[in-house]
Amino acid sequence: MPVSTEAVGKTYPPVVYAVGREKVREYAAATGESNPVHLDPEGARAAGYADVVAPPMFAVVYSAPAIGPAILDPEVGMNFATMLHGGQEFEWGPVVVAGDEITTAATIKDISERGGMGFYVFESTSTNQRGETACRATWTNIVRGV
Amino acid sequence: MQGHVDEHRAGGVMRAGEQLPELRVTPDKYLTVRYAGASGDFNPIHIDEEFAKAVGLPGKILHGLWTMAQVARAQTEAAGGPEALRRLSVQFRGMGVPEQELVVRSTVREVADGVATIDAVAEQSGKKIIRNARAEVRIDRS
Repeated sequence: MPVSTEAVGKTYPPVVYAVGREKVREYAAATGESNPVHLDPEGARAAGYADVVAPPMFAVVYSAPAIGPAILDPEVGMNFATMLHGGQEFEWGPVVVAGDEITTAATIKDISERGGMGFYVFESTSTNQRGETACRATWTNIVRGV
Repeated sequence: MQGHVDEHRAGGVMRAGEQLPELRVTPDKYLTVRYAGASGDFNPIHIDEEFAKAVGLPGKILHGLWTMAQVARAQTEAAGGPEALRRLSVQFRGMGVPEQELVVRSTVREVADGVATIDAVAEQSGKKIIRNARAEVRIDRS
């Protein structure tokens, strides 16, 4: 069954994520961070930040509520049984700290087929409460046997 | 907000061809459960041994984005803090598993205009599970 490219260009409603101190600490601990700017509010303040700093890859947490509906969209039609996360790219702007509110918008950038595999490329843009781009991300999922 | 974390700077000036310090970490048996909670990705292939085996996997597998976070950490630890990392792209290949050491190796490809471009791979038991990782790290934070 050939992949449907109808959903290319589709956009999804922006989602606001409020960055919490304990969520940042939980994420930092689970990913092995030891830098006190991620774990200790005092350490973060001593380094000049308002609160604990989200590790760069915390982008997956604040982007998830926006990118999830795009990935699950029946109009995109990915077969999850044979889906792999093929690749990922992030480009970061100013660091995110606890207390920030990050608004993320997702879009379907491309859907294509090569060698019996479907390539589904999603893009998300995350903006902080000052209107600065905190992160741009490209999410590539591969579906085998399309 | 620049230059606040210099006390953590470990690497000094990066030069083309230089290897960054290797990052070695062994995810324990329950790491995938903690990462699922921290990230919100509760796909059972990462947290349920029986489910993973039922769909043909050797057992619970690591989240690719956790492994990518280790590649990111190798860069930020070498560069002196989270602000240094401007960009990171990876390709996921193969599957990572708990209770085996993960090694991230990073090599500076070039340095231009205060930004180091770094190639990295993440291996477990000699098998690359992230390859073609490319990072851009700001080394001039004046």
